[in-house]
Amino acid sequence: MARALLKGNVAFAEAAIRAGCEAYFGYPITPQTEALEHMARRMPELGRAFVQAESEVAAINMVYGAATAGVRVMTSSSSPGVSLMMEGLSYIAGSRVPMVIVDVMRGGPGLGNIAPAQSDYNQMVKGGPHGDTHMIVLAPATVQELIDLTVDAFDLAERYRCITAVLADGSLGQMMEPAELPPMREPRHAEARPEWALTGAQGREPHAITSIYLDPEEEEAYNQRLQASYRRIEETEVRFEEAHLGDANIAVVAFGTAGRLSMTAIEAARAEGIRVGLLRPITLYPFPVARIRRLADEVDAILVVEMNAGQMLHDVRAAVEGHTAVAFFGRTGGVVPMPEEVLDAIRDVHLQLAAEEVVA
Amino acid sequence: MSVDTVVPNASAATAVVSYPASLAPVPTHYCPGCTHGIAQRLVAEVIDELGAAERTIGVASVGCSVFAYNYFALDFAQAPHGRAPALATGLKRVSPGKLVFTYQGDGDLASIGAAEILHAAARGERITVIFINNAIYGMTGGQMAPTTLPGQRTTSSPLGRDVRTQGYNLRMSELLAQVDGAAYVARRSLHDVVNIRRAKKAIRKAFEVQQQGLGFAMVELLSSCPTNWGLEAQEALDFIRDEMVPAYPLGEFKTPDGWAETPRRGRA
Repeated sequence: MARALLKGNVAFAEAAIRAGCEAYFGYPITPQTEALEHMARRMPELGRAFVQAESEVAAINMVYGAATAGVRVMTSSSSPGVSLMMEGLSYIAGSRVPMVIVDVMRGGPGLGNIAPAQSDYNQMVKGGPHGDTHMIVLAPATVQELIDLTVDAFDLAERYRCITAVLADGSLGQMMEPAELPPMREPRHAEARPEWALTGAQGREPHAITSIYLDPEEEEAYNQRLQASYRRIEETEVRFEEAHLGDANIAVVAFGTAGRLSMTAIEAARAEGIRVGLLRPITLYPFPVARIRRLADEVDAILVVEMNAGQMLHDVRAAVEGHTAVAFFGRTGGVVPMPEEVLDAIRDVHLQLAAEEVVA
Repeated sequence: MSVDTVVPNASAATAVVSYPASLAPVPTHYCPGCTHGIAQRLVAEVIDELGAAERTIGVASVGCSVFAYNYFALDFAQAPHGRAPALATGLKRVSPGKLVFTYQGDGDLASIGAAEILHAAARGERITVIFINNAIYGMTGGQMAPTTLPGQRTTSSPLGRDVRTQGYNLRMSELLAQVDGAAYVARRSLHDVVNIRRAKKAIRKAFEVQQQGLGFAMVELLSSCPTNWGLEAQEALDFIRDEMVPAYPLGEFKTPDGWAETPRRGRA
């Protein structure tokens, strides 16, 4: 497959189709609607399921229904729409059926606006859904990575029987970049659905897919199995990208679009002789806790950059365990920071470290 | 627990009734005098008669019907409150060869799930909906439902439902029959044997409509809740006959061409 100029929303929708997604249920919301529109045309063409639901509440429950049948299924939405899906996401997490959701984040709170933001970190990583649950949360920084992580999301969801979220933002959804789509994978044969799926109890005991355990002891035992699956995810699936950290005494920690534009600022800072590098978490859950804890001993300061008021910041602070200073720069409400602003924030940290050195 | 009928002169006779294979042989949590057990048995009998047990998937809802998946010997999913028609939509769209049905109470279907049921009907989803209308929230202990009759006392309408502040009861069958995607909509009652037999016929049609791919099908069943109505079992059945049937007329509100039941004389 050759590289082509692809719009983020269309790219992840087509990537899902090529990953064998058999059903899509969604509701129009800016800035992700092109994904729904792409699915509306492509899914029926391929004989797969597409429904424009009456609400995000219904859409996520349609996803739940298709997921109980053991097929690859997804939805996509944007911040306020994802908020409406939280009920269904909790039931799905509580039933351990796999699914994929793409959240193309926008400015909030409330109706907010349709500009790019990273306002859903807490909603997606911290939940969000009631109960002790996690979704795997993948944070792409380019259209190519959005494609690749959408494909991976289906594999991860099935491997751990969990929800996998791709957390993009309005700029990634709307931008066009050269990128390459994966080859077409045919959906799994109808006879090859997972053994737990609801397919009609033919020649076997009936299956019940439910999230209710009235006996607290039984519910706790179920929770322990859920938690055990999360520990396996935390041990196995952490992903991040590093740049220029070899000689750095300042590390910027930023995900998605914030990570990408921080890189521009870091290049400029290095041209000024500031030894700064980047750690870009690709999995927000599981969070690269161990790597950031080591990073805290390797550098003199960490600067967290986000397109929100400081949400991942708390996870970085927790991982650092007080072993280094943690500064923050963020813009909110759909304002995308300019690399120059991030450069200023890096300079501030650099000057503060220099001043401390003089005092010492 | 065996409920096979013991027939005198068994050697010469064949059993006329037996425990439906699609019904799990377990005790239920339903109160004495509640008609959920009858409704579930009728559904199980119909699925048996259609020979469809191995290709039927049920969707339980929230309310007293929450444990339906324990009582049917069928594959089952359990939906969030009100969302069973959406869940059934997802299941059916990826399992077109299966029979998919929801089993929902009135709080679930007519209140919190009003949007989901309306749009499932509008899309003409090939699903069967069994709608239990007992005019009250059973599981949470007798609060006002969207189907509670004007003047009816509940724990959240303690002076009787005052339509000026608490609104009017919804007639879901009449409402959904207006929707083009609905192929079969009927209301039946479970208060006596004659009506139970008619209810079973309607349930059978609602599954046959799905089997033939004709569209959305729903059977509303007027049901008793003696515990929360504060009535004895027989009084509760009388309440259905005397209070609910006049407010919720029985009949087929929408049928595919040629499917309508011939009207009969006699009391509903």
